[in-house]
Amino acid sequence: MGEAAISKEQEQVSGEKKTVKGFVSKFGALIGLVILVITLTILSDKFMTMNNIMNIARQSSINALLAIGMLLPILTAGIDLSVGSILAISIMTMGIVSVNMGLSPVLGIIVCLAVGAGFGLLNGLLLTKLRLPHPFISTLGTMNIARGLALIITAAAPIAGFPFLIQFLGSEFVGPVPVSFLLVIAVYVIFHIFLTRTQTGRYIYAIGGNRESAHLSGINVDRVLLIVYTLSGLMAGLAGLVMVGRVNSAFPLAGLSYELDAVAAVIIGGASFFGGVGTVWGTLIGAMIIAILRNGLNLLNVSADFQMAVIGVVIIAAVYVDVLRQRKSKKA
Amino acid sequence: MRHEEKSLLSMKGIKKSFSNNHVLKGIDLDVVPGEVHVLLGENGAGKSTLIKILTGAYEKDEGEIYWEGQLVNINNPVDSMKLGIATIYQELNVIPQLKVYENIFLGRELKKGGKSSLLNQKEMKEQAKRYLQMLGQNPNLADRDLGELGIGQQQLVEIAKALTLDAKLIIMDEPTASLSGAEVEQLYKTVEGLTKKGIAIVFISHRLDEIKRMGDRITILRDGFKIETLPVKTTSTDKWIELMVGRALDEKYPKQSFVLGNEGFRVEDLKVKDSNHLLSFNVRYGEIVGIAGLVGAGRTELARAIFAADPKDKGKIFINGNEVTIKTPRDAIQAGIAFITEDRKNEGLLLDQPLDFNIALANMKSFRSGRLINLKKIKDTAKNYINELKVRPGNIELNARKLSGGNQQKVVIAKWLCTKAKVFIFDEPTRGIDVGAKVEVYRLMNQLVENGAIVLMISSDLPEILGMCDRVLVMSEGKITANLNRNEATQERIMKAATGAEEASGNLLKTATGG
Repeated sequence: MGEAAISKEQEQVSGEKKTVKGFVSKFGALIGLVILVITLTILSDKFMTMNNIMNIARQSSINALLAIGMLLPILTAGIDLSVGSILAISIMTMGIVSVNMGLSPVLGIIVCLAVGAGFGLLNGLLLTKLRLPHPFISTLGTMNIARGLALIITAAAPIAGFPFLIQFLGSEFVGPVPVSFLLVIAVYVIFHIFLTRTQTGRYIYAIGGNRESAHLSGINVDRVLLIVYTLSGLMAGLAGLVMVGRVNSAFPLAGLSYELDAVAAVIIGGASFFGGVGTVWGTLIGAMIIAILRNGLNLLNVSADFQMAVIGVVIIAAVYVDVLRQRKSKKA
Repeated sequence: MRHEEKSLLSMKGIKKSFSNNHVLKGIDLDVVPGEVHVLLGENGAGKSTLIKILTGAYEKDEGEIYWEGQLVNINNPVDSMKLGIATIYQELNVIPQLKVYENIFLGRELKKGGKSSLLNQKEMKEQAKRYLQMLGQNPNLADRDLGELGIGQQQLVEIAKALTLDAKLIIMDEPTASLSGAEVEQLYKTVEGLTKKGIAIVFISHRLDEIKRMGDRITILRDGFKIETLPVKTTSTDKWIELMVGRALDEKYPKQSFVLGNEGFRVEDLKVKDSNHLLSFNVRYGEIVGIAGLVGAGRTELARAIFAADPKDKGKIFINGNEVTIKTPRDAIQAGIAFITEDRKNEGLLLDQPLDFNIALANMKSFRSGRLINLKKIKDTAKNYINELKVRPGNIELNARKLSGGNQQKVVIAKWLCTKAKVFIFDEPTRGIDVGAKVEVYRLMNQLVENGAIVLMISSDLPEILGMCDRVLVMSEGKITANLNRNEATQERIMKAATGAEEASGNLLKTATGG
């Protein structure tokens, strides 16, 4: 086969991307985001203001942090239902350490992140050591355990009056930009590098793509899964830290059902529920779409109940676009 | 031969493209009742596309299809089914958790009183029994869970299903690929019975010996064209291969002999989990050692135990005389062992990941600079392997799923070359790949041996074992029952050892159906 023939084949393969349809399927979520922004700019004059944009950046940060954590289990064809509850137990223990016991805020932050990572590690151990059949089950268990503990250790009472250092991440600004959003950007850049450029990161895709192939390629699957769930828990702790700063209090029912918003962001962002497919930037776009939808619907005076329904429709529409795309590529 | 008879199916000038890719460029196919019509062609020649047009999975772009002389349209699978076309795919379409009769009537369940919502299980069982009997099976199978049956019997259930549909044409896509010897014989008999009833079979296979045995006519496809339709009995297999690859193939088995060196690999008293036998053997430099045996003889289990893909009870493994400890596949790779598994789709590849990632996967460590992976180095390395092994299409960004079987196999081999392995264990390395690609795989084995690698090949394809191996180990029921040199190894001796003929002839069936 000559050079010409080879390059022709390559052209055929990449040709798909060059068409309009190919573009839509590749950047579906991004296009959705752009359309959403344009529509809201037209519908509401309050939308495209610096104030409002920074507001969105701030509002999106908690979900964005949970979502980047959630991306990892989903990439391995798993899920982490416990992140909302881990967020709660993390901030309640931080409250006990730094407010009730009056210990150093730095220690409080460390405890918050460590509790998050610790519960994540527990999820990983349940999956890899007890060999529970699916993370849906193990994390459903820890979801209830963590929530229960968060209520027990504080007798269901909220904790307020956190020191400035703890509030910093969630409440401060650099110029007009909220610190929490800068944190999100930093975390996403780190995760992007982690997933695309490190051995463990690539293994996460390999395990989601085909666990048996990965195992037979010498990958220590259990070790990678432990890292995946630990990081997911750690991100829940970090999201908790941002949340405490924003509302200046910690309450045991914090983060209730947040895991579902995180899953929604990951899926809207184009990740496959069956593992192996998904990107950090897609997830960021997913989180932004949810935040902007909420914000825009608020500006348009749409009630919270309606917002919920709209987000439901968006999730289904986003996945349906993906289904159409895969159907097309299978036929070709 | 009944060429003069009226055609059952006649496809004329069938064309099909996907975007700019012309897969079928005007294909004719003529099938008469009661014949076994073989489709032969390299992977990518257009066989599957043609079949998919016939089954309604794809719509043709151009051309005409005549069924019993009438011009017909096949726009979807239901059209095809209504005409009386049934397909037995390589990967069976059955549900192991359901009963055999439920599988046979799946989607067309009989109801009490015709249209009530209650199932008429009694009638379905009765009919299922009749069809099973027709196929020479025990009618009482109807009530068993399908999952309890061996692959061969499951396939017969699919054939029974086709019969309940009054199929006049049954398409069989590599039906013997995963069958044991006895099951293959049973299938041959079944096919014979079907053709006597006037049912036509369109048969896809890469195994020339079985085509010779079963086929009436053979249509050879190449690059989307029909090359020729020939009578099977009066033409030679060499002729078919020549037509298929478009040139005379020098040899089917390009065996090269090298100077026999020292022992490079030894397995001592290895006990596979849940087996009672201790297995020992060695492989020397310069030789290719084959492991022959029936399906279920424990060959794959042995390979998996060596590689620690499954736990082993005990056993020592030596490379160059030094014992290596292998507790996980990772240890095995570090010791320099490569395991090219029989199921490349589920055990060898990440189908939805690009080729470069697949190739680098088992040796990611070597692409690290500091904490990060050097993506360019991965791409460059992958490109080298792809050029060296002539993988087509050679675009490293393509997902593995898009490649043909032969090219996928080359990617798996590239992955292991990339680990710098010294010991290569091939498990059914040429299953389901075309003749041209097979020869390339054999050449690669030669090259490996020449470059000082140890090569071990598990295969159920006896001609391949006889053609390529310097020494043959035969396994039967978990034991190594023979160790034959190239000059001692014959089809008969291997089969004798594989069936444990000296012990009891009944073992043949037992082993075969034990899966």
